Amino acid sequence: MNPASYKTHPSAALTLRNVTKRFNGAAGCVTALDDITLDVKEGEFLVLVGPSGCGKSTLLSLLAGLDQVDEGAIRLGEEPVRSPGRDRLVMFQQDALFPWLNALENVMFGLRLKPDLTEAERLESARYYLSLVGLADKEKARPHELSGGMRQRVALARSLAPNPRVLLMDEPFSALDALTRDQLYRDIQDIFTKRKKTIVLVTHNIREAVCLGDRVVLLSPNPGRVRQIFDINLPRPRRINDPELASLAAEVTDALSSHLSRSHEGLA
Amino acid sequence: MKLPRFVIPTLVAVIFLGGWEWFVRVGHVNDVLVPAPSQILKWFWDSLLNGELLSATWVTMRRLIIGFAIGAALGVPLGALCARVRWIRDTLGVLALGLQTLPSVCWVPLALLWFGQEESALLFVVVMGTIWAVVIAVQESVLNVQPLYLRAAMTMGSKGWHLWLRVILPAALPGVLSGMKQGWAFAWRSLMAAEIFVVILTGFGLGSLLHAGRELLRMDQVMGVMTVVVLVGLLADLIFFSPLERWLRRSRGL
Repeated sequence: MNPASYKTHPSAALTLRNVTKRFNGAAGCVTALDDITLDVKEGEFLVLVGPSGCGKSTLLSLLAGLDQVDEGAIRLGEEPVRSPGRDRLVMFQQDALFPWLNALENVMFGLRLKPDLTEAERLESARYYLSLVGLADKEKARPHELSGGMRQRVALARSLAPNPRVLLMDEPFSALDALTRDQLYRDIQDIFTKRKKTIVLVTHNIREAVCLGDRVVLLSPNPGRVRQIFDINLPRPRRINDPELASLAAEVTDALSSHLSRSHEGLA
Repeated sequence: MKLPRFVIPTLVAVIFLGGWEWFVRVGHVNDVLVPAPSQILKWFWDSLLNGELLSATWVTMRRLIIGFAIGAALGVPLGALCARVRWIRDTLGVLALGLQTLPSVCWVPLALLWFGQEESALLFVVVMGTIWAVVIAVQESVLNVQPLYLRAAMTMGSKGWHLWLRVILPAALPGVLSGMKQGWAFAWRSLMAAEIFVVILTGFGLGSLLHAGRELLRMDQVMGVMTVVVLVGLLADLIFFSPLERWLRRSRGL
């Protein structure tokens, strides 16, 4: 990217101001997120952790524009986030690859929606990202012919190829085996340091959070609120088995369980 | 020793047909009531040679294919509309569900009145046989498309026509195809009934041929036409629907 275009490049910082989201369910009105105020800096890797029901996936849906806030506001740079957009791509818990397209066509799907590219540029870009995730030789394979880990890597390539300003990840590693997961941790960090994207990851795996995040935001349930924010100042690339990382993860886990027991006392 | 799979069915067929032939020849039954297989085969051969059978099959197939194509072409967008718009689903969708249970041969009296004893009357009956099954299949399979696909596509910037043509319809295709297969079967049955029921001056189809056999008390002709009707139905499945379904299943790993 040349410096001139860098200047005009719109900011990829996300700002959340007093975001509240409620759901009407069988058990009445549930406040999934309550008054969340949070800033995600441009080029930051932010991780949302918390027990199930703390609204972390809901928060990601709001950031993606797939769902609307009830109160408060979300902005990407200066623009309010109201609907889904190519500037914020999502990696889901399941790969969400289209079974009627092969790996290359899946990666091309998002690229074909960018009008300012030629077909040759799209193809080149799709092949580049497929090889970035180590699947250059699988471009003709249909999703069902790939393993779970490979599918998730195609999904990663698909999310990265249109060059979004923000990458949103909703527990994309949770269904994978440990080896594949470690490989993907390395891939993601590699891509993150090389391409400097703003990334928001949702996970319930605290070690994963500490391994990947610049900051880890701890959410607590009923209603979903920000409890604590941890700065993770470990050098990259980080390894999931690093002892320093493990002790930091233990710290976060302790904080999580103390918040949990406190909220249980509050209920009792 | 393991016999090849076709041996027993072939043996059973030979015994069945041979027994039938023998039963008729020795005079246990009147061959006017039940013609022997050899008589049916002779009718088949004769009408093949004089062109009667081929021309009737062609007339019927043309009606079926054109009517089916119109029915499917109308049914897909209508089904999509039913899935997309709640009030259309509550009106047209419910109507389609009702009309799907109506054998479309019931439309014959109205069709004759509206279109006359013309080709278009029979086309109308075939369209009515096809369209409702397709509407319902499209509606149901569109409503059942995995929300995850839609969410993924929408975050990549897909919406409107693009979302419909590139995501929703491909995702719904297996259901749409089985709806078309059902529509084809309904249309085929109704067309036969309609051709037996009314004489259409513009073309003499398989149903008319069967009806003529009845008038002439030629049960060899009646059973011969029945055999052809079965064969045509099997062939449509064998050369069109089955390969399409197999391809769809294989390519998606279903």
